[in-house]
Amino acid sequence: MEQILVNGLYLGAQYALIALGLTLIFSLMNVLNFAHGQMYVLGGFVTYTVVAQFQLPFIVGLICSAVALAIVGALVEKYLFRPVIKKSRREESTMLLAAGIAFFLDAVILLVFGEKQRGVPKIIDGVFNWDFIVIMPYDRILIGCLAILMIAAFILFMQFSRAGRAMRALAQDKVAATLMGVAVDRYAMFGFALGAALAGLVGGLLVTITGINLGMGGPASIKAFMMIMIGGAGVISGAIAGGFILGMMESVGLTVLSEYGDITYLVIFATLMVFLSFRPQGLMGKPWG
Amino acid sequence: MNKQKLAAIVAFFLAIYIGVPWAIAASGRTDFYYTLTSVALLSIASAGVWLTFYIGRINIGQGAYALAGGYVSAILMTQYGLSFWTTLPVAGFICAVLAVLIGLPILRLRGVYFAMVTLVLTEVMRLTALALPITQGAKGITSIPLPGELSLFGITLIPDFATLENPKIGFYWMAVTFMVFAYAVLWRIVNSRLGHLCRSLQQNEELASSIGVNTAYLRVIAYSISSFLGGIAGASFIAISQSIYPSSFQVTDSVNFMLNCFLGGLGYVFGPMLGTLMLYFGWDLLFTTGEYQLLIYASLLIALMLALPNGVLSLLDRKKAQP
Repeated sequence: MEQILVNGLYLGAQYALIALGLTLIFSLMNVLNFAHGQMYVLGGFVTYTVVAQFQLPFIVGLICSAVALAIVGALVEKYLFRPVIKKSRREESTMLLAAGIAFFLDAVILLVFGEKQRGVPKIIDGVFNWDFIVIMPYDRILIGCLAILMIAAFILFMQFSRAGRAMRALAQDKVAATLMGVAVDRYAMFGFALGAALAGLVGGLLVTITGINLGMGGPASIKAFMMIMIGGAGVISGAIAGGFILGMMESVGLTVLSEYGDITYLVIFATLMVFLSFRPQGLMGKPWG
Repeated sequence: MNKQKLAAIVAFFLAIYIGVPWAIAASGRTDFYYTLTSVALLSIASAGVWLTFYIGRINIGQGAYALAGGYVSAILMTQYGLSFWTTLPVAGFICAVLAVLIGLPILRLRGVYFAMVTLVLTEVMRLTALALPITQGAKGITSIPLPGELSLFGITLIPDFATLENPKIGFYWMAVTFMVFAYAVLWRIVNSRLGHLCRSLQQNEELASSIGVNTAYLRVIAYSISSFLGGIAGASFIAISQSIYPSSFQVTDSVNFMLNCFLGGLGYVFGPMLGTLMLYFGWDLLFTTGEYQLLIYASLLIALMLALPNGVLSLLDRKKAQP
């Protein structure tokens, strides 16, 4: 049982980090970023290139991945989303754009990094063993702690920095934020870059454990969507809660339901449907986003 | 209906029923039959998605109903020995009922919430197909018989596909006919009282319900019609491929159905048809570019979105506005 909880926490920390980026982008621009999973994969490949091919330390790879994705995110916002949102008659049109970007990133990853599964060598060896009650490799513990640390840093940034306050104002009410002198365009771009950088960080963290391959993007996006549905779209605390809940459910489900075959996700989906029919806006979301 | 419209419709019919087979025969590219048949069938499913857009909901779950329709038809044909022509309406009908059951709770959601739930629904349907014994899991159902003869009072309306010397063109005509029917129905719905009510939902649901529109009922009706079309498309698709797997329709397909609508234009009934043709056919044509296929395709998609964010058919509006 303890093992299940620890696994759930570990998964949840990573999931929450993915969901944070997605929810940040959504709350600022009302854009459902279909390409989030692809950004995460791209981050993993950047880390792989820096660490495994250039033989640089892992932390450099992580920073490179965050910076690279932040640049991608900023460019995508400035040159693609902003003009389309301005010209489009219906907000949802950005979905086609987001899906197009997802295809585009897929193609770029395929051409640049190939379709092979890639991984980097373990950062630390050894396994933490507490009387055979909790067994956890040290690198997983490290990654889990790093993820939680980043979530904490992100929350502090959003709460106490000037930029964080501006982005929260923007998410609450765009017009009011503009009237109060928030540079909407600049902070929208900054938020998009930050969201993409978070996706890159998770990719960089996970490449050390599960490795990375081209096919991981789509499923990661779907999981991230589920998390922000559980927690409520556009709410930071909701994304974190959603991430940990999904991680826990997955960990418990894989153990409890293993005798019935591979139905964990089916059960999670069904539960989600029932939950949403009672609480459409998720745990902490505002009604109607 | 004025003369110009009538002429356009006649020209369209001539083009798809006679022009296309002639062009294919002339160019010798018989593989285009399969491509165009797929386009016709997928555009039926896209038509359904378009109808949910029409009530202001983003539907990324059409793949779920296409898969359900396909499985219903496949199971009825292989295990109960029914003919394809009986299973087709049954598949559509079961999907419509399913849509009512699923739609009642989830249609209360709006905007991205609905979009995400429907996206998840596609994944649910795939996992269900994997888990249920009757669908035979990942093995899928294969060697589904070709559509048989359809006769009414002893008169053969449609001959047995197995006896046709060129079943490809038979399938093409069948798919195109289905497509014409689907779009005729869609056009009729949009230009009826129901269509006007749907438009009121798209603009403002609270306002619509305050003047006495039964919004909950309308939403479910529109959603089940949409799923009916999805089921029909799925069932006819598997009749052509003669096999179905849980991965026959997945999230990518659901997303594509939605993209077809965006690309064609959400404000135009025939938008999804054009969108499907452009996306699917364009993808096929780019096959010759090899490894750059996806890159070119995605770049074109993004460029198109930047140039025409309201869909390709919004070009027509521009022309109208200028003179």
